[in-house]
Parts: sequence; C-alpha cells; structure tokens
Amino acid sequence: MSTPPHITKTTYFKVFAALMALLVITVIATFIPWGSRIGIVIAMTIAIVKATLVVLYFMHIKGSSGLTKVFVVAGLAWLAILMGITLADYHTRPWLSGNPPMTIGPQER
Amino acid sequence: MDQASRGSNRDLSRLEASQILAHQFDDLAQQKEASNLGTWAFLATELMFFGGALTAFVVYRTFYADAFAQASREHMSIPLGTINTAVLLCSSLTVAMGVHYASHGQQRKLIFMLLATIGLALAFLCIKATEYYIEYSHQLVPGLNFHYPPHHHAHPERLTASPPHVELFFCFYFFLTGLHALHMIVGVGIFSFITWKAWRGKYSEQYYNPVECSGLYWHFVDLVWIFLFPLLYLLH
Repeated sequence: MSTPPHITKTTYFKVFAALMALLVITVIATFIPWGSRIGIVIAMTIAIVKATLVVLYFMHIKGSSGLTKVFVVAGLAWLAILMGITLADYHTRPWLSGNPPMTIGPQER
Repeated sequence: MDQASRGSNRDLSRLEASQILAHQFDDLAQQKEASNLGTWAFLATELMFFGGALTAFVVYRTFYADAFAQASREHMSIPLGTINTAVLLCSSLTVAMGVHYASHGQQRKLIFMLLATIGLALAFLCIKATEYYIEYSHQLVPGLNFHYPPHHHAHPERLTASPPHVELFFCFYFFLTGLHALHMIVGVGIFSFITWKAWRGKYSEQYYNPVECSGLYWHFVDLVWIFLFPLLYLLH
C-alpha cells in the first residue's frame, strides 16, 4: 500500500493554498467587530476546516484503511467526551448552588 | 497462480535479505499499515495530552472571558503569530512533499524537503523565542517577572482586567506554546535523524515508513498550532 494514488503533488499545493487563504480570512475576521460569540464561532469553524484538510490530505486519511479511520475517530470521540463533559460540569454547577461560575480559581485580590 | 506465488515468495525472501521487512510481518503492505496504525495510536494519546490542557484553557476562557480577551488583545502579537502559522503550514507542505518524493524513490528531493522542513521549524522556534523575549521584557512571565499592569504599556487606561486573571492567561499561554515548542524541538531531532538515514540511502519506493510516520507526527504538531493560534491570539 503506497501513497494513495489520488493524492498528487497538485492536490498538496491546492490544500496548502486553501490553508493559507483560510489563515488570511481568520486573521481579517478578527478585526471585524462581530460581537464576541460570532467571532469565536467563525475562528473555531475555520480552525476545524483547516484541521480537516490537514488530516484528510496531508495525513492521508482520505484513502486510508478503515481501521486507521477508526483510530482517528476514536481519538476525536474521547476528546469530545473530555471537553464536553468537563465544560458541562463547570457550567452547570451554578444551577445547583446559585453561585456565579467564577467562584473557582484565583479570586480578585 | 502457482508461478505467481513462487514469484512473490522469492520477492519476500529478497526483501527479508535486504532487511526492510521485519520478520514478524507477512509483507510490506502489512508492515506499513502496522506502523501507520501505531503512529495514529500514539497521536491519539497526544490528542488527549494537549486536549486536557486545552480543555482547562477553554473552561477559564469562558469564566474570565474579559480578562483573557484583554490579555490576548493587548499583549499578543497578531503579525508574529500569523507569520509563525504561515511558516508552520509551509513546513507541513514540505513534509507532505517529502513523503511524496520518498514514495517515488526520489532521494535527492526527499533530502531537500527534509532540510527545508528543519529550516522552517527552526524559523518558527526563533520567532517564538522573539515573542517570549518581548513578553519577558513586558513583565508578563508568571513566576519570573509578572507585574501587572506592566510599567511601560502605551495605553495603561485600557488594562482594566484583574491582574490574577491575566496572569492565569499567561500561565496557559506559556504552558501551551511551550509544550508545542517542545514538540517542535523533538520534531527537529526526528527529522535530523531521518535526513541522515535518507542521505545514507536507507529509504526507497518500497520502504519509507519512518518518513511517513515522522510526517504524521509533524502534521499533528501543525494541527495543535492551528487551534492554539486562534485560541490564544485571535479571540478578542
């Protein structure tokens, strides 16, 4: 099993051009006053698109064996569990205690 | 059929004699699949390693949104961060091209791409070191000289956030980027080794697993930065 034949040099250059374009877009988007929530959604969406391009083409997941894909998805699934449940925990604590969420970590001195 | 299997057996013993097929594998395809899977398993553990630190950052980023946004807005250099991201994306391209040339048995081009990757990685580390120096001279390094607000900021009236929260941002900043830089230094070491092996002619169209696996590692380091850059530099 050599490098998947459909990933050619041209494809690598196209992916690279797309990554650079997305970098420029994400930096420009920072200077547009969207409001912080929309800004975060845009920046993280672009980051996820960039990461997907790298994983699919540079890391050859497009055209790889099914077992390799399972390994990738398993890694991402555990990351989703780690992030999802941790964030859900910290952000739902005030629902029970009635305290604001800032009561952990360093306090105002 | 018989003739074909005799032929492949002869190929197999030739491969074993040339020491590119380890004895526990049936053929090169199986060996390649195993080394790729092993690398992905390692990368999955790396994902959890960085994931834990990133999750902690995101939790505090949402708790102390204003302080973290101010620290990022007032003290992070978007031009340097952008240049560094571009440098790292270029190095990912050179690695991908290197693996491509390795799979076509083009030794000279492979070595050129590996050296270009090492050069780009060193450029990234130099720019990162410059940023660290700037942050040190602005008294922003927790544990060394953190003093907030810094004495010589151009707009001290804009620095309204709570100093401990800003300090926490810089703890995360130095931990996350430092851990990433450490991975880059390890990567430079790996690629130096691979370049040496390639120079000695150890890789061929049939056997270039180490090139491909170290390439996967490098792309992963690039992936981490793809997320660190917006989280640390851009989220105002």
